[in-house]
Amino acid sequence: MQTSTSWRSFRTAAWLGWVIESNWTDPFLFAVYSIVKPLSGAAILVIMYGVITEGNFDSALFPYIYLGNAFYIYVGAVMTGVSWAVVDDRELYKTLKYMYIAPINIPIYLLGRGGARFIVGSIAVLITILTGVFFLNVNINLAEVNWGLFFVSLTIGVIMLALIGLMLAGWTLITARHEGFIGEAVAAALYIFSGAVFPLDVLPEWLRPVGYFMPTTYWLELLRRSLVGDVAQAFPTLSQFSNLEILGVMIGLSILFGLVSVWVFKICDNIARENGMIDRTTNY
Amino acid sequence: MSTLAIETKDLGRIYKLRGNKKKEARKELIALQDVNLTVKKGELFGLLGPNGAGKTTLIKILTTLLSPTSGWAKVAGADVDREPDLVRPRINMVSGGESSGYGLLTVRENLWMFSQFYGVPSKEANERIEALLEMIGMKDRMHTKSSDLSTGLRQKMNIVRGFLTEPEVLFLDEPTLGLDVGAMRDVRKFVLEWLRADKERTLLLTTHYMMEADELCDRVAIINKGRVLACDTPTALKQKLQKDVLFEIHTSPLNGLTPQMLVDQPEVTKAAITETETGAKLSLSLVEESALARVINLFTQKDIKVMNLNKREPTLEDVFVDLVGRSMAEEEDSGQPE
Ligand SMILES: Nc1ncnc2c1ncn2[C@@H]1O[C@H](COP(=O)(O)OP(=O)(O)OP(=O)(O)O)[C@@H](O)[C@H]1O
Ligand SMILES: [Mg+2]
Repeated sequence: MQTSTSWRSFRTAAWLGWVIESNWTDPFLFAVYSIVKPLSGAAILVIMYGVITEGNFDSALFPYIYLGNAFYIYVGAVMTGVSWAVVDDRELYKTLKYMYIAPINIPIYLLGRGGARFIVGSIAVLITILTGVFFLNVNINLAEVNWGLFFVSLTIGVIMLALIGLMLAGWTLITARHEGFIGEAVAAALYIFSGAVFPLDVLPEWLRPVGYFMPTTYWLELLRRSLVGDVAQAFPTLSQFSNLEILGVMIGLSILFGLVSVWVFKICDNIARENGMIDRTTNY
Repeated sequence: MSTLAIETKDLGRIYKLRGNKKKEARKELIALQDVNLTVKKGELFGLLGPNGAGKTTLIKILTTLLSPTSGWAKVAGADVDREPDLVRPRINMVSGGESSGYGLLTVRENLWMFSQFYGVPSKEANERIEALLEMIGMKDRMHTKSSDLSTGLRQKMNIVRGFLTEPEVLFLDEPTLGLDVGAMRDVRKFVLEWLRADKERTLLLTTHYMMEADELCDRVAIINKGRVLACDTPTALKQKLQKDVLFEIHTSPLNGLTPQMLVDQPEVTKAAITETETGAKLSLSLVEESALARVINLFTQKDIKVMNLNKREPTLEDVFVDLVGRSMAEEEDSGQPE
């Protein structure tokens, strides 16, 4: 009974999320979101890099930055996707209360919505990386890619992002006005503290521990190492750790963040029920 | 198994209102107070009350969306606050006057999706969707994207969503709000047909349309300012109200006749006069019908002509006036405690 409830919550939510996100009826919008937006994001980064380094695209720093930025798309897609489902269902579609009274598991429903964004996000990630490989000299030697490490890290990381999204979803549930902003703000903060586009060593020393505490830091490192091993290892931040050690740290932190997220969501969920916030809409 | 579908005991809900400024003390608003209701299985139960009476608050508590601040409530045998997981599979809810649903999905897809959350097998869900859309008169719109529906049709779709999962207890919050006359009739007919199909089905609806409560409901609770003032069958409520006979008389101009002069007549208990374009409308309460002769006599003396005379049955509106001291419209105009 319990598993079937969870499974049908997830499956139906993922189906719904996919239909909403893919929006095949409007290929133009779909193209903008999954191709134009990520590519223009990458383009800004590439141009800035080019200006600052005076066009030194052969440096190991370039693939480091480029891949970090590409995979970071998942943070926006999956993590904010989970929390945005609350905003969308409550404010836009006015269905959140109907979801709540249905015999489903709400956290799993929200994770399902995020799961759909994973697929759409993957398209954007893939396109961004391929563009880097073919046009920007980001060298990925397919024969040397550590596929096992790549898929294991990707999977764990995406689950971790979805769970952090759940924490934001809980927070969103009990705040009235700045909902969307929370997800974006956390995504932006993680961008700085996860070594997405610059190594943590660039940060002032007293800020670095924040980065070391984020599972996303290890996740991005593992993805880079699995795709362009030796290049990634050129950076000092985590160079003294082996892949396996980093994987262990990531799994540990993911479990910790996951548990905290589920707990935070539960608390927020109770607060929302006590204060009648589940069907509250903001009057902008 | 208990024969009660809904049971509440001293149910209360206080909202804490946040002041605009931080310094302002938190005000409290009593939305529900000491609500004791029982609804039997198979009943169509109505909650009738003006804006702000607490109808939606009660529905939100009964559907597990909101915790009560005092008392308890059981729906389908389970406590709504402590055992929501037992309640949810057996209920559903529809609020009128809002358009909910995923605009990108067709009517069928929207409905199918919700049926999946309740674990209805896909094939059966599709059959039910077709049958219910047929019943409510929008089967031809099954494959229309819900964003392309009119507000009224969206509301009908939403109503079908509530019935689709065959709940034991269904809550409808102002289901006909904002619908045109035809659609209202469709919905009421639909509700009655659905209930008739299975004796175990229970339905609680809120409304502030007197006629709707009167015609549709087996029993009605009249609710105002968070309190249940009376609860009985519409007929019993009206009978209890008054043994008086009500007349409505349209006349030519009154030539100085005042309500007091009418009430001064024996057996005339109440008289109200409203001026009209052609003269006046009098509403009279008489102890005995025979008192009408004295009124007509008075008219003759004052040279007033009777244009139209109606004997009026008491309505739930009269019941409300009797309980609260003013009409529901006046109660709504008087402003809510904010
Ligand atoms: N979330 C909330 N926070 C604070 N006050 C609330 C909240 N929801 C409702 N109220 C107040 O509680 C009272 C009862 O509201 P409720 O919505 O239950 O009335 P209602 O009978 O459904 O009215 P209507 O006919 O307008 O739908 C009102 O005074 C309303 O302003
Ligand atoms: Mg209401």
